[in-house]
Amino acid sequence: MSDQRLGANFINRQSFIELDARERATALFDAGTSRELVGPFDRVESPWLEMQGVTPQEDDGCVVMKGKIAGKAAVVIALEGAFQGGSLGEVSGEKMTAAIDLACADNEKGIPTSAVILVETGGVRLQEANLGLAATAELMASMLALRKHAPVICLTAGTVGAFGGMALAVGLASYIAMTREARLGMNGPEVIEQENGLDEFDSSDHALIWAIDGGEQRYATGLVDALVDDDTPQVVKVIRRFVSKGVPPVHRSSEVALYRSRIEALDASRQWDPKELRALWTTNQVEEEKR
Amino acid sequence: MEHIELNYPAKRKVSKKAHTGVVGSGDLEVLLEPAPDNIAKVSIRTSVDGFSKAWKAVLDRFFSKYDGAVRIQINDAGATPGNVQLRLAQAVEVSEQ
Repeated sequence: MSDQRLGANFINRQSFIELDARERATALFDAGTSRELVGPFDRVESPWLEMQGVTPQEDDGCVVMKGKIAGKAAVVIALEGAFQGGSLGEVSGEKMTAAIDLACADNEKGIPTSAVILVETGGVRLQEANLGLAATAELMASMLALRKHAPVICLTAGTVGAFGGMALAVGLASYIAMTREARLGMNGPEVIEQENGLDEFDSSDHALIWAIDGGEQRYATGLVDALVDDDTPQVVKVIRRFVSKGVPPVHRSSEVALYRSRIEALDASRQWDPKELRALWTTNQVEEEKR
Repeated sequence: MEHIELNYPAKRKVSKKAHTGVVGSGDLEVLLEPAPDNIAKVSIRTSVDGFSKAWKAVLDRFFSKYDGAVRIQINDAGATPGNVQLRLAQAVEVSEQ
């Protein structure tokens, strides 16, 4: 943590991480323009959790809001990390996909509508395994359809981060923003340790986890577009900037040759240090900035 | 999973809905809605079995001071009685803002 980060602004910060999903979504819209779709009082909850001894939540941990960002129509989908780790079930997955599909339909009708997904999730909800997997696949297909018309922006603020199939969905976004507190990765540290042993990944080593999955590293290696402080006005500024930017000329997930060449050039016979990786891949940072 | 239903007399109409909390470990979700009749109905769903006496004690105390005609739904993930009281108070505050 640099001295700059511990300056006077640290105290005056309005933490974004401390907000719940509904407050996060509301904060991103132009004041007074947002309304919630399929809210808790509509009582569309998971039918699968109660029979497995888990109390359902009335919005299934997924908040969908429509309104205006920087004067333009937008939908915000926020996952609630505190409910079942923000996991994707049948209902929360369908809410996300339907919201993206409606935004896509609006674009086709000539109403430019972008989407912002606030990702706090460990991935598929294990209690709804196959339905959650299907939901992830549907969401990814819908994101691909929408991103041709309007930007699909993913923000992972923390502290849950973005893991599992949802991390792949994040990879499809037009723009990705993270905080230093957030993590982004396919397999979570504990999963890697469980499958490949302590030598492969020590999931109790927090410095190591953040050095690999953390926002700062993801930004430094060009895998995300913005690194933002945990400050609501700054988060709002970044989201507004990406909404205004529109569809990028090339999406990151289409740069197959670039990422394949990075992997091919890497000597996998030895252990790489996260800092070395930054030095190696930072040459592309200038290109990333131009996107 | 345990379901608990409790009823209390009410005197006063409430005009606004309120939603507070998250079904996260040690926390709960409270949905408070205006009811048409002079009765307050509480439905509790909790993942922790065997605490119906504690729930009744907490709700009895809450309704000794609150007289709104409401439907309250509680989705609980193991909140302590103190936490339940705070979420209920928060819901009342939001509904009367």
